[in-house]
Amino acid sequence: MAPTTCTISVTVNGRPHVAEVEPRRLLVDFLREDLGLPGTHIGCEHGVCGTCTVLLNGASIRSCITFAVQADGAEISTVEGLARDGEFHPLQDEFSEKQGLQCGYCTPGMLMRAWEILAENPDPTPAEVRSAIASNLCRCTGYQFITEAVIAAAARMRTTKETAS
Amino acid sequence: MTTVDRAAAAPPVRDQSAKRRWVGQSIRRVEDPKFLLGRGGYIADRITPGTLHAAVLRSPHAHARIVRIETDRAKAAPGVHAVITGPEAAELCDPMPDFGPDPARHTWRCLAAEKVRYVGEGVAVVVADSRYLAEDALELIEVEYAPLPPVTDPERALADGAPLVHEALESNCAYERTFDFGDVERDFAEADVVVRDRLRWHRSGGQPLETVGAIAEYDAGTGSFTIDTNTLSFTSYLFMAAGTLKVPANKLDIRPVPAGGSFGSKLFANKPAVIAGMCARKTGRKVVYLEDRVDNIANCDHHGSDRVYEVELAVMRDGTMRGIKIDVIDDYGAYIQFGVGHHGNALAQVVGPYTIGSVRYRVRAALTNKNQQGAYRGFGSEVNNWMLEQMVELAARELGLDPGVFRRKNFIREFPYFIPTGNVYDSGDYDQVLDKALELADYSGWRAEQKRLREEEGRYIGIGLISAQERSVFSATEFWFWFDEPGAPVTSTPESVSLKVDATGGITAILYSCAFWGNSPETMVSQFVAEEFDCSPYDVSIVYHGSRDGLPATGPGGSRTTVMLAGAVEGAAGKIKEKARRAAAHLLEIDSDDLEWADGGFRVRGDPERKKSLAEIAVMLHLFKHSFPADMESGLDASKVFDHPYTTMPSADRKDLGVFYPFMGHACHIPVVEVDIETGAVTFLHYAAVHDCGTLVNPRSLAGHIVGGTAQGIGTALYEEFVYDDDGQLLSSSYLDYLIPTAMEVPELTIGHVETPSPYTPHGVKGGGEGGRMMAPAAINAAVNDALYPLGVRLTELPMTPERILSALRAAGPAGGGAG
Repeated sequence: MAPTTCTISVTVNGRPHVAEVEPRRLLVDFLREDLGLPGTHIGCEHGVCGTCTVLLNGASIRSCITFAVQADGAEISTVEGLARDGEFHPLQDEFSEKQGLQCGYCTPGMLMRAWEILAENPDPTPAEVRSAIASNLCRCTGYQFITEAVIAAAARMRTTKETAS
Repeated sequence: MTTVDRAAAAPPVRDQSAKRRWVGQSIRRVEDPKFLLGRGGYIADRITPGTLHAAVLRSPHAHARIVRIETDRAKAAPGVHAVITGPEAAELCDPMPDFGPDPARHTWRCLAAEKVRYVGEGVAVVVADSRYLAEDALELIEVEYAPLPPVTDPERALADGAPLVHEALESNCAYERTFDFGDVERDFAEADVVVRDRLRWHRSGGQPLETVGAIAEYDAGTGSFTIDTNTLSFTSYLFMAAGTLKVPANKLDIRPVPAGGSFGSKLFANKPAVIAGMCARKTGRKVVYLEDRVDNIANCDHHGSDRVYEVELAVMRDGTMRGIKIDVIDDYGAYIQFGVGHHGNALAQVVGPYTIGSVRYRVRAALTNKNQQGAYRGFGSEVNNWMLEQMVELAARELGLDPGVFRRKNFIREFPYFIPTGNVYDSGDYDQVLDKALELADYSGWRAEQKRLREEEGRYIGIGLISAQERSVFSATEFWFWFDEPGAPVTSTPESVSLKVDATGGITAILYSCAFWGNSPETMVSQFVAEEFDCSPYDVSIVYHGSRDGLPATGPGGSRTTVMLAGAVEGAAGKIKEKARRAAAHLLEIDSDDLEWADGGFRVRGDPERKKSLAEIAVMLHLFKHSFPADMESGLDASKVFDHPYTTMPSADRKDLGVFYPFMGHACHIPVVEVDIETGAVTFLHYAAVHDCGTLVNPRSLAGHIVGGTAQGIGTALYEEFVYDDDGQLLSSSYLDYLIPTAMEVPELTIGHVETPSPYTPHGVKGGGEGGRMMAPAAINAAVNDALYPLGVRLTELPMTPERILSALRAAGPAGGGAG
């Protein structure tokens, strides 16, 4: 018996897609394999480690325990959408400057979570950053330079916003 | 004979006074942009359409005979291309590469053939159009097991009448030997005080967020495999994996792709590559096998040390440490792929930074019904650090000495220093490290605060102070000096780099066994190349070469990569500069001795305007060979196979193991913790760490290793454990139960660096990649014990979970707050 499929419409990093997916297809597999966006990684496959974090309508979710059909009609943001016109987003630039990554595997999820944190609170304290990124495991860095990077990026993003307004 | 000619074997002492432009700078890593853009190119990112997916059926039993496997229904399932059972795999593949003591009597295969020996061991593999369909089909395989009694405790495994993990071995003891180094009996007879303890270190593991995987293709026309994997290492030994796949070594090309972390756990991890290769040949298709998280926890072959210690430390009343007797049982699980090499690591620095004069080391390797041990950051030396520091702490209490004062009294201060096992410590300045750590930790301030909080608020604050070693750059003699026969010559354990200067002067560096594992080989090599050629490190191009036609290489492990790459780059650069010098001399019509290297080219001494840049020389050598003497060939490239710079033979009687881990890093960690005696929770109030890894290449990168390693050490000390119950069931098979520290559990570290250059390595670099995890478990244990000392409680078992802390408090009775 051939598996039944569903039609879904999603917008990923601003680009609309219509696709046929099995109901059981995980969102992370849909993004990586069907849409060719390998930046979202798979870590624990239990929704614990946060490696697969993407933004669904602006809120972070675990794409390894979300079905693609649950994203029907949603706007999704992944790490591939962070850099614009060949320029790093301030978060990416500060992760590089502060060495907030080593193996880079948790980095896309961490960047998307950091983006969400700064959208909610543009001027967090280091303690607030640590509390907020506790949703995402990093096995390499011990979080110290990630925290520094998020704080530094927040400062730059505030300055940019002030300049713009 | 027990001594070797030590002085003669040492390499020449180098002048490390040179000024450096790039080595020592915290430049941004050259690896980072692709990862920040989500274009890392990890193994899962390289699965192309049409690739088949393999999934492994894992045993639910810890110990059982496989009676029957029924695969017809699975084979008929949608999208399934093949189902291979353990017995079939034993026909298709030979046993796995194994450096264990007696491989024929504890045979290890990619899938279990006759019986399963741990929960999670593979019994069959399905190959299908997708991972989804492969997992569907796994559920259709019927396996009939005849359960056998399991054994999961190492001491019970060694007792008479225990169930045998391998019948052919006729015992669960895979290895036993007692070594004496120095005059142990005299030191103990003369000692004023002997402190004794029993210590227990439970198993944890590297657990990188990316699992192990391989994409294999078999070309029936040429009979050769091409396998992409995130686990390339020990390329000089890949003939063993080729043997497993039943092809000659020159028909197996293993190509490295970036790994999402390893921490040792991807070291020589060939099983996924073998499974993928076997499936590719069977189906005639490209096949990926990528572990899922349960595979990686339960069936990864890379659990860390699992030890029971009985230790005695002999000291004098004046605070002099004399000798140590160590009796250790290590639970290796069901197989023993690296032998007891983990204890070679321990013996490299068994006396720590102290002038302990004698060592008795008894090691027993127990086989049990658990996943086998492999590598995890420290490779067993971190466990020795913890054991030794626990004993030092116990002796300091017994003698009534401050932990810093007691350690300082016994510090080694003359280098090079040969410890009783025969290994050398090349250099160090342990006083300076301790001084800096005491200052960064505000040690006396915290001692006062500890007293005040205890008296005024009834809070239990503890200050841990440990000083410990971080050996770097192993020689593989440590894998065989356990045996009298067969002996072998000293092992060279090389690393290679090729440098190619193109016609425009652009430099490409080719690495041979150095996959990117989260360390920074590209940044390190780029900084070394930039130092040699005065170019920008960002202009250097890096290629990771496959195994088949590569040069001899070993890869990451034992904190060797940076030192060995430095030597290989230095050697290759020297050859290129020599040819460039001759070419420049010809072009400038001057004697080559009159040229000097300066600012990216050769110039005439005393006439700096007469010069040729590397690019000017390179274009001539690439395009205009006939402008040069007949013996000069076109091109400008060179390779260097850099062999271990300092290693010597063990003595025949093994009372002197020779030099096998000479470049000795050192660190002092001082965490301040609070223990909540109601809940057993441990929180950090402060954490200072000072490391000396010789000359720093990229201080920010090293700091990253220190913090990250400390975070893993916090996990080892407080949270992480692969828990097997008495039936052999693995109780922590997901991250819901196997607890990895988050940003809330890891404190901000105050980091200090001391630089004592190695006299024997390029630039004076020592390895530092395992740093934090070598120290943190010992330091945190010391801090918790310091906090609970007024209650008469001492933790001797890691991880110190709330449950273990509360049990210890209860066992201490009312004084331990255990009345409630």
